[in-house]
Amino acid sequence: MRRYENVFIARQDLTPPQVEALMAEFVDVVKDLGGVVARYEYCGLRSLAYRIRNNRKGHYCLLHVEASHETLKQMERRMRLSEEVLRFMSIAVNAFDEGPCPLAYTRSFREKDEGDSAFLRSSKEDTDAKEEEPVNG
Amino acid sequence: MAEKDKKRAANGRRVSFFNKERGCPFSGKKALAINYKDVKLLQRFVSEHGKITPSRITCASSKKQRELALAIKRARFLALLPYAAS
Repeated sequence: MRRYENVFIARQDLTPPQVEALMAEFVDVVKDLGGVVARYEYCGLRSLAYRIRNNRKGHYCLLHVEASHETLKQMERRMRLSEEVLRFMSIAVNAFDEGPCPLAYTRSFREKDEGDSAFLRSSKEDTDAKEEEPVNG
Repeated sequence: MAEKDKKRAANGRRVSFFNKERGCPFSGKKALAINYKDVKLLQRFVSEHGKITPSRITCASSKKQRELALAIKRARFLALLPYAAS
């Protein structure tokens, strides 16, 4: 078992609930294979620094996974197959970050106030509510 | 009195504000934490074209400069920072 931090970017035309569902799908993959998801967080819609498959924005999601590398491979395979995921990156870490994810509250790249702070706040509340439930494999 | 208050370098010379020795921003007491997700922090260490600023300008130690460069490259992959800004 190792600790992995995974960030993936979902397509911009999904709605936040759809992104949550997508995230839950990956969480289930890990759980089914005996891994533990210590934390999963939806970090909101940010504009991308460059276009990926003609998307200018993307939903960022963060997963803290404690699993064997085979399990991680399976999750990554699902991400690669998913049409909704634009990009993902997993890195092995010694310890998970504590505290809020800096992605969730920093303003996105070169984005002026667009009034979607209310949207961000609501999504944050959602994730806070989620985190209260203990997530065990 | 004012002279006594002035900082002195290791060799005992007085140090003015401008050629004060600056330490690595990522080590010591007020160390900044390097995190590839912290765009606000990383943006301070790239040029306006998106290039990584050299360690002689950032004053980071070699070890921390390598960490910083890795964090910036990870942020670029996740489209948090540009590879090349127009």
